[in-house]
Formats: sequence, C-alpha cells, structure tokens
Amino acid sequence: MRTLKKNFSHLFLPLSVMALLIIINLIKGADYFRITMVNGAFYGNIPNILFGASELVILSIGMTLVTAASRGQDISIGESATITSAVFVQYVLQANEVTLLTIVVGFFLSCVVGLALGAFNGTLVSIFKVQPMVASLILFTGGRSIAFMIDGKVSPILANDISNKIGTVIPGIPVQTPIILTVVFIALVAVLCKTTNLKLYVETVGINPNAARLNGINPKKIIFLTFLIMGICTAVAGFIAVNKAGRHDSVNLLKLIMMDAILAVAIGGNALIGGKFSITGSIIGAYTIEMLNRTLLRLEIDPAMIKVFKAVFIIILMVVASPVVRAFFTKALARVQSWSLLSSRRIQSSPDGTILSTTNSAEKEE
Amino acid sequence: MLSETILEMKEISKSFPGVKALDCVDFKLRKGEIHAVMGENGAGKSTLIKVITGVYEKDAGIITLQGQPIHFKTPQEAQNKGIGTVYQEIMLCPNLTVAENMFIGRSNRAVVQWKQMNEKVTQLLDSLGIPARATQELASCSLAVQQMIAIARAVDMDCKILILDEPTSSLDEDEVHTLFELMRELKDRGVGIIFITHFLEQVYEISDRITVLRNGKLVGEYETTALPQIELISKMLGNVLEDITKLKKHEPIVTETTLPVFEGIGLSSVAGVRPFDFSIQKGEVNGFAGLLGSGRSESARAIFAADKVTGGEVRMNGKRVKIKTPLHAIKQGIGYLPEDRKGDGIIEDLSVRDNIILTLQVMKGFFKPFSRNQAEIYAQEYMKKLNIKTPTSDTPIKSLSGGNQQKVILARWLLTKPAYLILDEPTRGIDVGTKVEIQKLVLKLAEKGMSLTFISSEIEEMLRTCSRLIVMKDREIVGELRGMDLTENEVMSVIAHGGKNKCAH
Repeated sequence: MRTLKKNFSHLFLPLSVMALLIIINLIKGADYFRITMVNGAFYGNIPNILFGASELVILSIGMTLVTAASRGQDISIGESATITSAVFVQYVLQANEVTLLTIVVGFFLSCVVGLALGAFNGTLVSIFKVQPMVASLILFTGGRSIAFMIDGKVSPILANDISNKIGTVIPGIPVQTPIILTVVFIALVAVLCKTTNLKLYVETVGINPNAARLNGINPKKIIFLTFLIMGICTAVAGFIAVNKAGRHDSVNLLKLIMMDAILAVAIGGNALIGGKFSITGSIIGAYTIEMLNRTLLRLEIDPAMIKVFKAVFIIILMVVASPVVRAFFTKALARVQSWSLLSSRRIQSSPDGTILSTTNSAEKEE
Repeated sequence: MLSETILEMKEISKSFPGVKALDCVDFKLRKGEIHAVMGENGAGKSTLIKVITGVYEKDAGIITLQGQPIHFKTPQEAQNKGIGTVYQEIMLCPNLTVAENMFIGRSNRAVVQWKQMNEKVTQLLDSLGIPARATQELASCSLAVQQMIAIARAVDMDCKILILDEPTSSLDEDEVHTLFELMRELKDRGVGIIFITHFLEQVYEISDRITVLRNGKLVGEYETTALPQIELISKMLGNVLEDITKLKKHEPIVTETTLPVFEGIGLSSVAGVRPFDFSIQKGEVNGFAGLLGSGRSESARAIFAADKVTGGEVRMNGKRVKIKTPLHAIKQGIGYLPEDRKGDGIIEDLSVRDNIILTLQVMKGFFKPFSRNQAEIYAQEYMKKLNIKTPTSDTPIKSLSGGNQQKVILARWLLTKPAYLILDEPTRGIDVGTKVEIQKLVLKLAEKGMSLTFISSEIEEMLRTCSRLIVMKDREIVGELRGMDLTENEVMSVIAHGGKNKCAH
C-alpha cells in the first residue's frame, strides 16, 4: 500500500480532476460511458475523448521533456506541426498514385522536417542560451506563413483513401486509427524511457545543470535532445491532425495547442520550472483537458462562454493544487491527528480503568 | 560587567513528527554579551533560534523578554519587539542601493523621501563603522560588508537581541575580523548577541559565554574562558573526540620506478590560475593550502577540467591522456567532490539512490540504464558503508542534513572506484562528527591505494591527513611542505613569506 501511495502520489492531481469530471458527467446523464458500434467502430463519449486528444497527448509528451530539461516551454509546436504536415501533404499530392509507401515516405519526410525545426529551437536554447519561450517565438510568429508558402498559398485537400483511413477508421478494426497511433507512440516513448537513461539525465540537467556537467552529463546535448524529440512529436501530431481534417488549413491547424500542452504538463503535476517530471501525468493531463472541453459542450454551455468556464475551472484547479493550499491541509490534518491523540491519551491516563477497557473492546470490535 | 538578563527561556520543548528537536532546554541571554550556541548539526541550534523568533511554535516552556512573558507567532512580531535575525545566506537585493536595502519593507509611505533616507543611512553606517556609502549598489560591496549591512538593517530598529546564524561561513579571515569589530561595537551598546557558528576559533575569539546543545538536550552553559577547546568539542560530540586524536596518516611508498598516478604539466584554466605543475603518487594524500581566493579550488577544478581548460599536458600512470571535459576526467578514473555542495554537487529533488548511482550510470552510458534492483543494491551498499542517515533510499537528497548530503556525494564518487579523488572542502558546513568520519575515510582509502587531494579551509584537518601540502598564494604555487609532522605555523609562514621568497630569487 505504501509503495503504491509513493508511486502514484504525483498522479493524485490529474486523476482526481479526471474523477471529478466523470462525476459531473454522470450527474448530467448516466449514459456517459455508453459505447455504441457505428459502421464497425466504437463510438461514444470515451472513444471521442481518446480520438480528440491524440495530437494533444503526443505534443504534451514532448512538452514535458522540453520543460523538464530546459526549464521553459516551446510555444511553436502548433506552427511546427503545421509546417511538417504541409511537407507531408505536398509529398503526397505530387505522387501520381497514392500508395501506403507514399504515405510512409511522406511521414518520414515530415519527421525529418520536424527534427530540423526541433534542432533550430534546440540550438538557440542550448548553445545560445536563449529563453525557450523566446527562441520558439520565432517559429511561432513565422511558422504559419512558411507553411502557407509550402502549400502554394491554398488549402490543399487530402482526398485519398489511405489518408481517410488514417484520419478515421480502418474497416475491420473497431478502434479509430488516431487512437491506435497514439497508443503506439506512447508505447515507443515508454520503450525509450525504459531502455535509456533519458529520465535520469533530463531530470539531472533540469534540476542542477552545473552538477550534471561535473558528473559527465553535457547539459547542452540533453536540452538539444529534448527539442529533437519535440520535433518528432510535432511531426507525428501534424500527421494525425492533417489526416483527420482531410485538408491542410495552415491558418487553423492545431492553433494555440501549445496552451493546452503546457496546461497538460502542469495538470500532470510537473513543475514548469523544470526538474523532475512524469510523462504519465502529462498524458493523463492531456486526456483530462479533452474531457473538460467535451464536458463543457455536453453541459450545453453557450459556445461563446466555454472558454470562460474553462478558465475558471483551471484557476480553481491550480489554486487547489498550489503548495500553499496543500501545506494548509497538511497542517490541518496534523492538528486533527494530534488532537485525537491527545484526547485518547487523556482517556488512558484517567484513573478509572473501566473507560480504558471499554475503549479497547470498542476498538477490537471494530 | 552588565549582567541583567534580557531573554530567558525555561524548559523549552519542541517536537517534529518522529523527532524531539528540543527537550527541556533552558537558555539565558544577558545584556551586552555575545553568547555562542554550539552543537552538531541536528543538536537543536536552529530550532532554538526559530522558537525565539516565532518561526516555530514551542510545545512547552516559557520565554520571557526583559521579565515579560512573550509568545511570538510570526518573525515580524519578534522583530517589532527588538529581536533581529541575520541568516547565513544574505537575504538582501544585490541590485538595489545600500540605503534601499536598509529600508525595504520598512517605509509605510508610498512616496519615499530619498534624500532623507540616504542621510539617515549614512549616519547609521558611520556610527557602526561600516565602510559603505548609502547610494552604493549592494552588489559592489564585499560579502563581509553586505553581511554587515544585513546586521545594520536588523539592529536599526531599537534592537535588544541580535541573532547571527553562521554569519561568517562565506567570509575570509580579514572580513571576519571587520565583522567582529561590529559585533563588539553592538555589544558595548548593550545588545545581547546570539552567535551560531561551526568555527571554534571564532567562538573563542569573540564570545563571552557558550551554551552547548546535543541531540536536542542542554549540555550546559559555560564561561568561554573556563572551557578549553578540547572540552568544548567533547561536550558537543559526547565521545567521538578520541577518534580525532587517534587518526594516523602515512606516507606513500615511492620508489624511483613508480610513476605518478596523475601528473599535470603547465595546467591552466579560464578560472585564472597561473599554469602549474602537479603530480600525485598512488596512495598519497596531498592538499592545496592557502587563504580563500588563493587558487586552491581553481587548481583542483583545472585538474578535473571542471572549468574550461586552456592549456597543459596530463599523464596518468605515465601515459599521455586528453582531459578537456569532466567526462574525460571521470573516464580516466578521476573523481571530484566540489566545494559548493548545493550548487555543484547534489541533485536536490532526486532520490538518494539516483544521486548515488548518477556518475557510475554516466560512465556506463546513456543506453545502458541500471535496473532498479541493481541501483538499489549499490545505494544500500554505500548507505551502509558510509553510515548515511536517511529514512529510505527514495528520500529526496534535499531533505537530508548537510553532512549526510556530503556523504551521498562521496558515495557517488566512491562507487566509480576512482584511482584519484579530489575532495574540495568536503568538511565545510557539516557537523563535527561527520568531519571526523570523512577524515578517517580519507586515510582508509589512501591505505587501500587510492590517491587523494584533500582541500580544507581548516588547516588542522589537512595537517591530520596530508603527507604533502602545496601552498598557494595569489593564484600560484608558492611552496611545498612535506613530512609527517607539519605544524600550522610552518604552513602559515610559507603562506606569509612564500610569495616574497620567490620575488627575491
């Protein structure tokens, strides 16, 4: 029990938020968890959340690593994903016949572009020591224009069968493809964490770069590496997003998603000033945000007001989770405990032995 | 001699979950005295201070200030009643002027009257003999002056009691003396000063009375003149004293054919040491001696390539090797325990286990992580070997005491089985018991064939462990002392005259 508590204490915040949202939803309608089959695939609230959060989950994994190592955030992820997916779309469109190979090559090409964009941000941050937010401001500002140029100043349409299957479902498989891709990506990240020292190195660099260097870790390399991983994350997220949408809208694709990604990292119990991190927390955080978005829709809140409700919810969440409030509750708990201890002692120390025996027997009965 | 009691504490107790930090402690502070509170880490010194200043609430006992029972709930209340506190780390803003620092959080008015403020501060600085101008930026003052300004700020408001918690730990000798002048001045004005430090010499130089705590209990209150240093140590430690005197160093066996484990020729780094030659034999313990800023640490860092190396040639066991980064040095079997434990050593939020295995893990490589079990075995092994006191190996290192943190860093390096280990101020800011343990360990390791460089501001510690001392002054080597029974005076005279002799040549 104790080890369980230790291993999951950092997930307390995201999981409790998720539980709260589920309760709200169940109050609204008991059929919240109902899953139906439509055209051979699962549909329902939960599959919708898993489907909708795909890109956010993948990007928040990258954001977690960048935050932990560089003590800052990459705000250009939506724009990077727009550029990588623009390259993917152009490659697919120039092919005479779209085969699986075309898609795969296009995807890898977009990954290379993602790596290049990550390397750009990473160089600015690790070598030139630019604040991550300022460094990524460059791509944030210019990224969509670059994508627009690649698109040839139009919004190209991805009208092929394979893209359609990637964006929705593959016949015969009941789970939507983006959900599968996300699960595969998470599994790859898990393997990466298991077979390398990524976590130890990134945390060490994020907590104390000086000490990291003196112990043989090059902080520059590690920070650069996290931006490269972020580059891959943007390429995958862009790939999923553009196949879902069926066309490349360089103005609105994954717009402002970095806000949600940063929020997912925070809800996941990670410090935004770097250091120790939990990717699991961020993933749960990302799904929680999607759940929140859909909950607000389900509660039939005026679409114009949704953002306000979201903001209020997040403010409450952050205040409740803040160290100040936590310390207050710990103190209150300790006081209650010491008070009950004191009162029980008083009973024991009383000369009348009968009280002692009755309390003991009462405890035994319990 | 004034002997009016201003602060009296009776049977103070304070417990934290699992620990009794203070157990029925009495304490008495008289007007116009400097009263040292001594004890190892964890003896209850800080808790005592924090109970006085209202940071902690006491569980039991009575505190009276000039006969009036008091019960502070916040440090602010204590300050308003004339209890000023200055902590080890200077808590001022370096980018503001001296006068602004003195008045931060003081002025109730929105509009500050700059001229008036500056005049007032100038007066105060003059009267206390602090060599600073009111309009000077704080960062341009030396650390000692900054510390004095922090004190001036604390005593500014009709202060009756001044608490100094390790005020001298970051000051060099001259600076300490200027600080002591200020303390004497305040003492003459009738301020009662509570002085906490790890430096025994300073206690004897300035304090009138000593209260010794051990494990949260009061050992006793003594007149400083009536308590010889050796007795003070034994009172602080209980019984480890014998261990210090039993320490025996030994000289490495050097024949003509043995090659030095490490040999550097013309080493220099961006930190600004003059190019120097240095070598160490197998099983040798040597040390860099010299005053603060003499280049001791910089030389050690140059050997390990902790600062960017700008020149020089390195041979290990006679073979030429390239050491340009710490990783090169680690791979060649060199370890370096840095001077600044908090800034360069510990990875605060990581567990004791991760902190121990870190460097060995880096040596093994990015793609070969230790299994959790293996890491745990290593951690347990060294926690036992070095007697590291931590609840579990999962505990974050930041919640350990300074001495135990230092042992974790030491464990980290010992785990890599280095041929040559550099210890830069391993005993700074840790309790006497652990200091002795570390010195014993150094000698034991040397006996087993490890070469060590031991650097300490306390020359005595180096005399106890090193068979060769390299004396530094103004960032260059000015002399070398060999032998088994060096004395402090010999070292001092080399420090004092070494540079001059060189000029005469």
